[in-house]
Amino acid sequence: MLDFALKISVALFAVAVVLNLYRVAVGPSLPDRILALDTMYVNSIALIVLFGIWLGHRTYFEAALLIAMLGFVSTVAVCKYLLRGDIIE
Amino acid sequence: MIALYTLMEGVIAFFLIAGSIFALIGSLGLARMKDFYMRLHGPSKISTLGVGCVLLASIAYFSLLASGPSLQELLITIFLFITAPVSAHLLSKSALHQKLAYDSRTRGNPEELQDDDDERTLEEASQGSSKLP
Repeated sequence: MLDFALKISVALFAVAVVLNLYRVAVGPSLPDRILALDTMYVNSIALIVLFGIWLGHRTYFEAALLIAMLGFVSTVAVCKYLLRGDIIE
Repeated sequence: MIALYTLMEGVIAFFLIAGSIFALIGSLGLARMKDFYMRLHGPSKISTLGVGCVLLASIAYFSLLASGPSLQELLITIFLFITAPVSAHLLSKSALHQKLAYDSRTRGNPEELQDDDDERTLEEASQGSSKLP
């Protein structure tokens, strides 16, 4: 049962990442693209965690933590650049 | 003991399916909604909840194994739940700063979008762009 649920879950997350990729490519404005990239970070964290469950060990969770931190910092940096024209004033 | 394992397997499978459905609905909202202020709702709330469900399933799965529960998944969950509202707030501030076009059904009428002369909705923007050569 867990094997089947894991396969369905990976497939749904893959569809979600494809939808985010569509919004990154199409998105009419710059905040749309930033939002879609931020969502893609979050979905990729979930995909890495699912891969860890699939393998049965925790090696990749540090990579998920790194992606979470770098995604947040990059989103904040680009938003600050759009707001103020500079990142660190 | 076997019954406990079967029960926990059902709980983990439920959390996995529920989390992935939540994340899919959030990304569908991101792809299908009309303007940016509507699109901000899906990823900032629902996708975070979906990933939280998947991390909860991961905590339950690894606590069943011999290695015991770990702190890393909890750290990722707490970090995601703290940072998602902050990034959504900054994104909405930058969208208001850029005065993005909005749908006529978007409520609220924030004063950042009202105080200038050339405020525009999505319909007027599309009409204006269609008039251009």
